[in-house]
Amino acid sequence: MDNSIDQIYQKALQELKAATDRQAVEDIRVRYLGRKGAVTRFLRNISDLPADQRPVAGKQANQCKKLLEKACKEAAENLETVEEPAVAGIDVSLPGRPAPSGSLHPITQINQRICDIFTQMGFDIAEGPEVELDYYNFEALNFPKDHPARDMQDTFFVSDDIVLRTHTSPLQIRTMEKQQPPVRIIMPGKVYRCDSDLTHTPMFHQVEGLLVDENVSFGDLKGTLTAFVHQMFDEQTSLRFRPGFFPFTEPSAEVDILCVMCRGKGCRVCSQTGWLEILGSGMVHPALYENVGYDADRYTGFAFGMGVDRIAMLKFGIDDIRKFFENDIRFLSQF
Amino acid sequence: MKVSLSWLNDYVNIKMAAPDLAEALTMVGLEIESVTERYRYLDTVFVGRIETIEPHPNADKLKLCRVDTGQGKISVVCGAPNAEIGMLSPIALPGTEFPEGFVLEQSVIRGQTSKGMLCSEGELGLGEDRSGIMQLDPKLSVGDPLASALELTDTVFEIEITPNRPDCLSVIGVAREIAAIQKDRLTYPDFKLNDPQDRISQQTSIKIEAPDHCPRYAARLLEDIQIKPSPFWIQERLLSVGLRPINNIVDVTNFVLMETGQPLHAFDFDRLSQNRIVVRTAGKGETFITLDEKERVLDAEMLMICDGEKAVAIGGVMGGLNSEIENDTTRVLLESAYFNPVSIRRTAKKLGLGTDAAYRFERGVDPGGTIAAANRAAKLMAEISGAKIIDGLIDEYPLQQSVKSLKLSTKKTNRLLGTRLQRKQIESLLKSIEFKIEQNSTEKKGDTLVVTPPSFRVDISRPEDLMEEVVRLYGYNNIPTTFPQMPATGRLSTKEIHLRNQARLLMNGFGFREAVNYSFAHHQSGDHLQLDTADPRRQLVNILNPLTEDQATMRSSLVPGLLQTMHYNFTQRIKNLQIFEIGKIFIGKDPQQLPQETEMLAGLWTGTRYDDSWHGQDTPCDFYDIKGVAERFLKALHIDDIQFRRLPEKECRYTRPGYSAQIFHNQSRLGLVGQIHPQVLMNFDLEQAAFLFELNFDKLIPLLKDTTVSRSIPKFPAIFRDITIIVNKTLEAQEIINSALTPSSELVEDVSLLRVFEGTPIAPGQKSVSLRITYRSLQKTLEDDDVTPIHQSIANRLVQTFNAGLPA
Repeated sequence: MDNSIDQIYQKALQELKAATDRQAVEDIRVRYLGRKGAVTRFLRNISDLPADQRPVAGKQANQCKKLLEKACKEAAENLETVEEPAVAGIDVSLPGRPAPSGSLHPITQINQRICDIFTQMGFDIAEGPEVELDYYNFEALNFPKDHPARDMQDTFFVSDDIVLRTHTSPLQIRTMEKQQPPVRIIMPGKVYRCDSDLTHTPMFHQVEGLLVDENVSFGDLKGTLTAFVHQMFDEQTSLRFRPGFFPFTEPSAEVDILCVMCRGKGCRVCSQTGWLEILGSGMVHPALYENVGYDADRYTGFAFGMGVDRIAMLKFGIDDIRKFFENDIRFLSQF
Repeated sequence: MKVSLSWLNDYVNIKMAAPDLAEALTMVGLEIESVTERYRYLDTVFVGRIETIEPHPNADKLKLCRVDTGQGKISVVCGAPNAEIGMLSPIALPGTEFPEGFVLEQSVIRGQTSKGMLCSEGELGLGEDRSGIMQLDPKLSVGDPLASALELTDTVFEIEITPNRPDCLSVIGVAREIAAIQKDRLTYPDFKLNDPQDRISQQTSIKIEAPDHCPRYAARLLEDIQIKPSPFWIQERLLSVGLRPINNIVDVTNFVLMETGQPLHAFDFDRLSQNRIVVRTAGKGETFITLDEKERVLDAEMLMICDGEKAVAIGGVMGGLNSEIENDTTRVLLESAYFNPVSIRRTAKKLGLGTDAAYRFERGVDPGGTIAAANRAAKLMAEISGAKIIDGLIDEYPLQQSVKSLKLSTKKTNRLLGTRLQRKQIESLLKSIEFKIEQNSTEKKGDTLVVTPPSFRVDISRPEDLMEEVVRLYGYNNIPTTFPQMPATGRLSTKEIHLRNQARLLMNGFGFREAVNYSFAHHQSGDHLQLDTADPRRQLVNILNPLTEDQATMRSSLVPGLLQTMHYNFTQRIKNLQIFEIGKIFIGKDPQQLPQETEMLAGLWTGTRYDDSWHGQDTPCDFYDIKGVAERFLKALHIDDIQFRRLPEKECRYTRPGYSAQIFHNQSRLGLVGQIHPQVLMNFDLEQAAFLFELNFDKLIPLLKDTTVSRSIPKFPAIFRDITIIVNKTLEAQEIINSALTPSSELVEDVSLLRVFEGTPIAPGQKSVSLRITYRSLQKTLEDDDVTPIHQSIANRLVQTFNAGLPA
């Protein structure tokens, strides 16, 4: 029997050596290792042997089977690499079948990025109506009727008491009316002002932020916005805080960032100043706390707001804000 | 507001270079928008020499001069009597814009070409003399720019003054900020005027009948006035800030306005009936002709300055034509008043009159500065017009404007700002801008300061306002940067936000690009969509002051925006589009209430399914493409049991009848899918077939599940059996599938539609429908014998139910 399995094995190896294509190898494999193959038959017949020979024969036969399997596989692989003619196959340079390709609007992309940065800091997202009561849009934010501060925002009116929100700030009041501090929210959304030129569209996007808690300071506002700008742009983008005016914050601050185009050298984008004004901010005005019933002695807070469209223009190098709303496919497909 | 450094220098000694000063002012809250060289208009004016002078052939009083400009010799027509050969004089070249607004062009004067202009001092804004051309020092070099030759230099800042800082709408106001920055003192002009006796009361009187609108009204009287141009120094100051000189009296009112921020008005005293002033509100419908010669219709809320009979000015806004200063005016009543800001603002807004005076009054002028300005102006008028000031001052002040002291806590200031300022620092910062600190207070060294703001700081009413003053002078950039404590509360985003983000990614994956259209719509957008008169989307939210007619309302549907996007791209020759938009629509039930805002998703597909390429020919997309997107979208959100039901024509007229379906989940209508109605396409100037789906997020949100429960994967293989029946063409496939699915055996796992065929050999009016039924058991591997009887019974049922035939 020893001879017999070894003979089978040697014969198979010889045949494999002689094989010239993969089909021949496959035939050999079937002839020896298939269900009716020589090795398989040998294994099946082991039970006919005397009991003392069985373990050795079985072991040998199994080993032979493994070696042959390996040899067949190797022979097939060798033939494959050697035999495949160089010119055959397909033209891999032909373009592939197009998979669907959609895209997110550039403003959506920037908006999500802004929201991601602040939600990771621990802010929640709040949303609210775009057609808003004068009370929330102005009055409760300390813009009295007939105050020149209202001229800062060209307003679309629906009635005497209803406006298209000119900023996302009404959500500061709506949120504070509903909950006690701590309040940590950002408020993204569409806003409307009646203004239209190269840098203004009657509809645009803002993200507003509000943090009210015990012991919140102007320093904290600086830290939060610095962290944001460094995430949004990069660590080299320095910030400059300077006094500004918003009726709902006191003190108020305009926030400039080092021009991302010229790095402060002065260029067309920053009007040669080296700085870009991208954020308005300040400490929440005590009048707001009075309007929502917060304890102004106990709580302090800050608020900030930014134009998403403006940031998207800077990030993507877009010079005309109106392009965002033309929805030219050649524009949309760039982002 | 414009200010020139030369003028500022009258009140504070400017030590900083202009760019540094601009930066420093910006950092204390006066944002410098532009820094310009005042004499830029002289860039095209050079030192010229008159080489020859010849008579003008066609005009006696004109001469032809040949002038050496340094760059060449040009011929100039000149009428000046003092022109002489060899004389140096300013030569302006074409393009020069003179301070009075005139732009020089090359011209032909009586047949002779003039390629430049020899100029007088007056024309160049450099002096008063207009009698002849300006004679320059013969030592100057011909061809040098005039500004550098004469060492003329001045910087003008354009400053954006925020609405809370009316005190800075004046040169002195800005100078005060500079003094604080430089830690210097401010030098005020002399505002004192001694009145040895009261003579004015014998000649005129002031009566305020509307003290709410006019809390304070002061007047001075001048006589023996000679109206003439102002001396150059006043003209020059006005020109430096962009104001045109008019005459000595009007110029003084403008000069003092710019200097102090207090608007003044000069009435021709002899044209005031009964020589007196009455301050009252207008009668409703009363009309009045203002200085600009326009007739204004007034209402009962508008404040009028009147004489004994009639109105002579709209208080604080604009004077009247009937009392303006004329060349023969000899007596002037000078008004200096404090008007109620709200009253002035309402009037100016209603009349659309944004004057320099109204701008300041509505922001709040200094109620304590009324007299100083009147005195200053009277003195200047006397000085430059030869006028005599009639002794005495009328100061009607029925509604005293008080200045409130405020308590400022050092600790609270530091808490809000995140600083460690000492009481002393706070005191000195506030004092630098003329705030007074009460020194005899008991707690002189304690935490609390008692601060009285100056009367011109009408914006200061709370301790926080003082904190802002402290910190803006201390420097925002000196505040240490810290971080707020943010406890880790970790909240999930709302379902609305989650759905929106998921929807965007799905649509993205389906090959759609996101569009963002304006939320506005044309006021006829309901007609454009052929909406039924009872459709709620007819209830538009109208904008009272729209920019354009096609943005006159808030959209009540996303469809018009998508069709406009399609149209825009068609004009760019892009005809294959897959776009979507997520946004709110607005339904206004009651104009006095906030509208209902609903977030919608709409997708639009037009053009080809695939572009023409080596993979195959382009195929136009159709209803089933867009339906497939809607189906897969809802499936991805795990919203099951969706039914598509034929959309009755009356339900929606912007989709094509017979080619549209409503999307239902139980009885809730989630949206629709269909082809855009050809007439609607035409309304948007479009032709190419377009397919649409719309989903209402408000309806989807309740159907979203927090989690999905997994099912076990079947252990045993399925058996597939097909069946083909021939039925009436109008029968909906879904009915057949539903019937096949009707429980006949638990072994039926799924029924899918393989093929639908119309045409030969199928009889007209009929179609063949092939279904594939999947059979599977959870217990064992099915054999043919298990399935055959069930399959046969289903086939029988279908044949019976639908009166169907079987293929030959």
